[in-house]
Amino acid sequence: MADLAARNESPEILFWVGCAGAFDDRYKRVTRAFVRILEHVGTKYAVLGLEESCTGDPAKRAGNEFLFQMQAMQNITTLNGYGIKKIVTACPHCFNTIKNEYPALGGDYEVIHHSTYLQQLINEGKVGVTGGESFKGRRITFHDSCYLGRANNIYEAPRDVLAALDADLVEMKRSRANGLCCGAGGAQMWKEAEPGKKEINIERTEEALATLSGKAEALANLGGVETETSAPGPHDLQGSIIAVSCPFCMTMMSDGVKNKEQESKVQVFDLAELVASAEGINA
Amino acid sequence: MLQSILFLLLLVAAFGFFAWQVRKIRANILVGRERDVSGNAAERFQKTILVAFGQQKMFKRMTPALLHLVVYVGFLVINIEVIEIVIDGLFGNIFGFHRALKFLGPVYDLLMATNEILAALVIVAVAAFWWRRNSNPPLKRFTGPELRLWPKMDANIILYVEVALMLALFFMNTADLKLHAMRGEDLPGTFPVSNLLVGLLPTNEGTLHVLERLGWWIHITGILLFLNYLPSSKHFHIILAFPNVWYSRLVPQGQFSNVESITNEVKAMMDPSFVVPPAPTAPDGSPLPPAPFGAKDVEDLPWTNLLNAYSCTECGRCTSVCPANLTGKLLSPRKIIMDTRDRMEEKYNSPLIFRPNVYGAEAKHEPVTDLMEATLLRGKVTPEELWACTTCNACVESCPVNINPLDSIIEMRRFLVLEESAAPNSLNVMFSNIENNGAPWAFSPSDRFNWADDLFAAEKAGATAVA
Repeated sequence: MADLAARNESPEILFWVGCAGAFDDRYKRVTRAFVRILEHVGTKYAVLGLEESCTGDPAKRAGNEFLFQMQAMQNITTLNGYGIKKIVTACPHCFNTIKNEYPALGGDYEVIHHSTYLQQLINEGKVGVTGGESFKGRRITFHDSCYLGRANNIYEAPRDVLAALDADLVEMKRSRANGLCCGAGGAQMWKEAEPGKKEINIERTEEALATLSGKAEALANLGGVETETSAPGPHDLQGSIIAVSCPFCMTMMSDGVKNKEQESKVQVFDLAELVASAEGINA
Repeated sequence: MLQSILFLLLLVAAFGFFAWQVRKIRANILVGRERDVSGNAAERFQKTILVAFGQQKMFKRMTPALLHLVVYVGFLVINIEVIEIVIDGLFGNIFGFHRALKFLGPVYDLLMATNEILAALVIVAVAAFWWRRNSNPPLKRFTGPELRLWPKMDANIILYVEVALMLALFFMNTADLKLHAMRGEDLPGTFPVSNLLVGLLPTNEGTLHVLERLGWWIHITGILLFLNYLPSSKHFHIILAFPNVWYSRLVPQGQFSNVESITNEVKAMMDPSFVVPPAPTAPDGSPLPPAPFGAKDVEDLPWTNLLNAYSCTECGRCTSVCPANLTGKLLSPRKIIMDTRDRMEEKYNSPLIFRPNVYGAEAKHEPVTDLMEATLLRGKVTPEELWACTTCNACVESCPVNINPLDSIIEMRRFLVLEESAAPNSLNVMFSNIENNGAPWAFSPSDRFNWADDLFAAEKAGATAVA
């Protein structure tokens, strides 16, 4: 961004990378995939690079309002300094915080989550999702992120993106407004879970795997009566995908799949990675 | 004449007593902090029509929604008959008339018929409700440590009273029908259910007259007693659900409240020229003690959250979708709301019959019996519950009357972190990472842009592709 500003240019959008997108090895691949898409469609974009800092979302939700506001004010000063108008981010937590909580502190921007942005690109025909990997016939289930869904009522954009992949989209029973949290929100990402019977991400992964294997459907048809607990569903899990649109969900669902020892069959992908693969630009 | 005087006294006593109880609750709610609920009347109106009057959020679960709808519509329609009963009771005996609304003619027929059919359906619905709560095992959301003793009894009392009221109504109508038939008169109105019951009553005119009066008195006295039971009960939701929806948050669910006093402090830190607004003062000009950050006790919560606590009907939809609760953790959003009400009534005013819940061994903390030491956070809600929350908003989404347990959870977390520095250690590590590295993880800020290093290694042509 500093380079652009030095050339007295302003970008169409600012891509807010987020801490996970910048540091988490798995989510860095999402960041790169999204940047490739931006390059591919020729969007004039910029990133803050070293000038970006945590939005303060985990601090606020853990109750540290003071630290949150320090972070917010610092970021708002940076963004306003560059005259940023439009921000796109691949993290629903950054999205929610900048969109909903920064305005009260002097930061007013048009904030777009990358699922909505990708949906727009597909609608405009800029991304045709052809020429790359084909998803035809592969079973995909979408895990709603709380901070995209319930927090901001975005349910259809990610599904529209997945629909463009021509895949076999299956819905979990708990989806959209009734979606089940991955377990990492509200700063849970950085602490041990409280004692209980189970981890939340395991509960959610089990639901995703049951849905992908068709076991959930089969059970529903049987009136929920499970005859044989380990009975496989009618569909082979091989090649199935759990689609996410949040770095925390990515970590939690990937861990869940590993815990269930299904990582050789089921993969967890972000929407941006799927679109880039379909477009043949994911390296 | 005597009946009219008795009835007038009963009516005045019942409404006076009810007003006295409601004032206590109003005072409790108003100990809460200010929260700006101004503006947007159109949006609030629309929300109230849809969610409160229209039962919109109930229809996420079809079976209870339909059962509840019967009781709700029954309540509304039967209340029209209560108006008639009041007019009859006050003036009927003096001026010698009976069934004051009969002048409505065909509308009256329809009203009475609807009434009877709904009353019968209410009995069916209430039986289903009773079964869902008391069968073995009961519906899962009617279990949990917060739903034992008084809350369980309260729920059953409501169901028994509702059946008793409906039976009194049928008793009254059936006796009246038979009385009129025996005198060769025509009773105004249509009574599809009572017509079926006529055969069950004796054929003595005097007895029938007594039975009709008995039904009448039991029905109206029951309603007036029930009215005064409401302030002690979760059934108070039939009144407070409406203002509670009206005052619910209009912002996106992901938007958490802003702490303005902290905004001022942060601005002052970052900009030396910023003038901090003067602290609020008491009406006599003396400085008020500074309010704590977040909430330790009920008066630290916004008043809307206290209204929430009185609007809760303890249905447990919030807890049944809570990911923490689903995986066996201690958090139950319903308990947070119920604890808030219990605490208000323990510390401030209490309606006549209300009994706070007693958790016993499940409380997971030392009971604080000293009222001076006890707070909402000490003796009711435990930090373990608060830290289990993923802030996923499932509880907020599920509440049929727009209660927001998450808001109270965050206020209490704020108190733990900002006033007591009592966050779990791992969260303190996260805080210092953000403070020092600008990221919640322990990474060097200088590595923040490393993701771009090998991005276009293959196509090095555009060297500064990423600005």
